[in-house]
Amino acid sequence: MTVALDLAPTSEAEVSEILADCHARRTPLRIAGGGTRIENPFLAETLSLSRLSGVVTYSPGEMTLIARPGTPLPEVRQMLAAEGQALAFEPPDLRGVLGGNGTPTLGGVVAANASGPRRLLTGACRDHLLGVRFVDGRGRVLKNGGRVMKNVTGLDLSKLLAGSHGTLAVLTEVVLKTLPLSPARTTLVFPGVTETTALRIFTAALSTPFEVSGAAHVGGTAYLRVEGLEGQLAYRRDRLLALLADWQPQVMEGAPWDAIRDVAHFAGGGPLWRILCKPTDAPSLCQGLRAMGGDCSLDWGGGLIWYRGPGNPRGLAPHATLVRRDGATGPAFPPLTGAVARLHDGLRRTFDPAGILNPGLMDA
Amino acid sequence: MSIAMPAPDPRVLAQASQIVAALRAVLPPDAVIDDPRETCAYECDALTAYRCPPLAVVLPRSTEEVAAVMRVCGDMGVPVVPRGAGTSLAGGALPTADCVILGTMRLCQVLEVDTDNRFIRVQTGVTNLSVSAELEPHGFFYAPDPSSQLACTIAGNIAMNSGGAHCLKYGVTTNNLLGATVVLTTGEVVELGGPEMGPMGLDLLGILCGSEGQLGVVTEAVLRILPRPEGARPVLIGFDSAETAGECVARIIRSGVLPVAIEYMDEPCLRAVEAFAKAGYPDCPAVLIVEVEGSRAEIDDQIARIRAIADALHPVEFRESRNADEALAIWKGRKSAFGAMGRLGDYICLDGTVPVGQLPHTLRRIGELSRQHGLEVANVFHAGDGNMHPLILFDANKPGDLARAEAFGADILRLCVAVGGCLTGEHGVGVEKRDLMGDQYAPGDLAIQMQVKDVFDPQWLLNPAKVFPLEASAAHRARAAE
Ligand SMILES: Cc1cc2nc3c(=O)[nH]c(=O)nc-3n(C[C@H](O)[C@H](O)[C@H](O)COP(=O)(O)OP(=O)(O)OC[C@H]3O[C@@H](n4cnc5c(N)ncnc54)[C@H](O)[C@@H]3O)c2cc1C
Repeated sequence: MTVALDLAPTSEAEVSEILADCHARRTPLRIAGGGTRIENPFLAETLSLSRLSGVVTYSPGEMTLIARPGTPLPEVRQMLAAEGQALAFEPPDLRGVLGGNGTPTLGGVVAANASGPRRLLTGACRDHLLGVRFVDGRGRVLKNGGRVMKNVTGLDLSKLLAGSHGTLAVLTEVVLKTLPLSPARTTLVFPGVTETTALRIFTAALSTPFEVSGAAHVGGTAYLRVEGLEGQLAYRRDRLLALLADWQPQVMEGAPWDAIRDVAHFAGGGPLWRILCKPTDAPSLCQGLRAMGGDCSLDWGGGLIWYRGPGNPRGLAPHATLVRRDGATGPAFPPLTGAVARLHDGLRRTFDPAGILNPGLMDA
Repeated sequence: MSIAMPAPDPRVLAQASQIVAALRAVLPPDAVIDDPRETCAYECDALTAYRCPPLAVVLPRSTEEVAAVMRVCGDMGVPVVPRGAGTSLAGGALPTADCVILGTMRLCQVLEVDTDNRFIRVQTGVTNLSVSAELEPHGFFYAPDPSSQLACTIAGNIAMNSGGAHCLKYGVTTNNLLGATVVLTTGEVVELGGPEMGPMGLDLLGILCGSEGQLGVVTEAVLRILPRPEGARPVLIGFDSAETAGECVARIIRSGVLPVAIEYMDEPCLRAVEAFAKAGYPDCPAVLIVEVEGSRAEIDDQIARIRAIADALHPVEFRESRNADEALAIWKGRKSAFGAMGRLGDYICLDGTVPVGQLPHTLRRIGELSRQHGLEVANVFHAGDGNMHPLILFDANKPGDLARAEAFGADILRLCVAVGGCLTGEHGVGVEKRDLMGDQYAPGDLAIQMQVKDVFDPQWLLNPAKVFPLEASAAHRARAAE
């Protein structure tokens, strides 16, 4: 390979040409949105989607956003906020954590199925993805899903592509559901509690119908977010205050949910792991992780642990992804075995027979 | 009968007795049925115009027994049609003469209720309603609520990615499915997902859900459960035109009030319902039922907001329910709509989705098509998400009427696609919409879906002749047969 310049197509047709060509030459590509997601350690030419950018259609009345993959996330947030709407799954901005200087893009959010604290209540990015256009590893321009809320026509490949980290196809257009922003929000704060106590608080709060939209534990403080229409909010807050009175909650306006979403507390250096677990397992897992050195925080009511430290968590919690390598070795994604691994390989070969799309990224 | 099914495989038919013997060897005696007087009970699902008795029926009780069946069928090249309760309206569980029906009805155990981690684990033959019944004493419920919930199974719900009236707020099956135990055609058992909030690797659970039994047999499921709301209350709003009702839906959705359900009924449906159930609905061209949840004060607040939105559009009537009886009365007509339509004659129930903004236009065009085809149509559907259920009335005893109704239905579904929607919002493709797939997807878009099936089911044994047009799948099936 002599070409060192990044490929930065501005149209779907160009993406298709590039991929067909790379397929024929078996040239591997690193697929990059804004360059703020998990890094591929393997050297390859970069296909940057940053110039395939822009909102195609945003219809607030139909609550749908159709946009090209390189559209910067901040731009989308602003556009939706002007209509009182948002991407309800609260996509994080991991720039601080990953140390990238790019801007997160919509395509990157979908490719990583990146979802923030509200995932607990409203589901993940994939739950808000209505359809996609994409180019597979042969250069075929394809689509799946559509732009309506309910659609069971054929296999749901959009879900498969969400969270495939650019290893199956290059997204060229995504259709996302938007939702009205709750007009009011508040946070119950519990300073100086352990994970064990935090889990008790979460379990109690999440067994109520008060639609807690964030349940996190950072730096020894537990946070519970409540949202709603104005009247609703006061009611929900007061009921939760009464229910959780034993743990002496305080009410906090303007709690740091953006920072929690972006894992700002673990910005900087050191290997950083993202671990999914059964929420009630979180306290003992955190104890085990800390015993290896480092620190933990919780999101999603305990279902998501962020661990920064030198240890390899996979012995304790198999469902662990190495988000920031910083010296740590081994595969970034949890290794798979048996028939599930065979299905993964089969799907990879189907979408990308020459193995040119982010090769090795999700493999063992 | 305009939908073709492939000719049964003569090699399989010739081996019928060996196949049954092989199944008997791995299952308890009462779990294999091949007496034609009994297998005929499985000859169709709720798309009753299409029927075909299977070669045999098996009723396994465990994942291990399902795996044993799959090994036998895989080895002997026998097609397998998984079946839940057989309430599919799309012919999703329609047998072929050379197939084994794999019924889930004995996979009916609740395995684990974990309210601390907010999930329930069940065998997939349990009915949708029994899951919520199981959760009721815990103060939780399972959100997807198809109207068929008394009968339909979680297996069928997963295969069809079923929805229901309350899906506007809570999402459909795929948004409430955390994990599944799946038996592949090799007999291998794989666990996809689990109580954790995300997949390990690719989202295989995401493609499994809604795959209409094309990829594997689902034997167990982990479902997300939610705390029961404090209360719920419907309002009924009558309008003098479909357009205004459609506008009202759009404005409610935009306002930030998130109702759990917005249901729509048009004049023909209202007339039928009135004659059948005497629900006392207003005499007008369009009625919406909007339901909101919460505490008493929260409900009052949300209803006040909805009233303000509706008032600006000058409704014929805005009816609130002040107590449980009045709430029931509001739902009564909607809940009896299908039964009421049934009294008017035979009907086919369509299921296309359109963007919410296209509702008025689509309703108008359906009216025009109805006059063109000379058949009556009634509309009753989930308006909040644009999922339409036009019911086409016909007379099964009148020669040619079914074909005319099917042609009318196809025109409506093409209309849904043309205005930016899709062929099916919750009932699935099955055989019913199979041959229309080319209207929604280009050949390559279908090819990649079939290639995904190649990966999961290389022999193409699972649920034959559904979802993919026969012509499009011919090459895949031929390769699989080699
Ligand atoms: C009156 C009426 C009202 C309805 N209302 C609604 C509604 O509101 N919303 C809605 O979404 N649907 C509705 N339906 C359609 C139907 O009830 C749903 O599609 C339901 O999920 C089917 O479940 P079932 O158990 O009857 O499955 P079946 O009809 O037996 O099978 C459905 C599909 O699932 C596959 N399948 C079954 N078991 C398995 C398994 N173990 N593994 C893999 N695949 C399997 C079958 O092969 C078939 O393709 C309605 C139907 C009727 C008759």
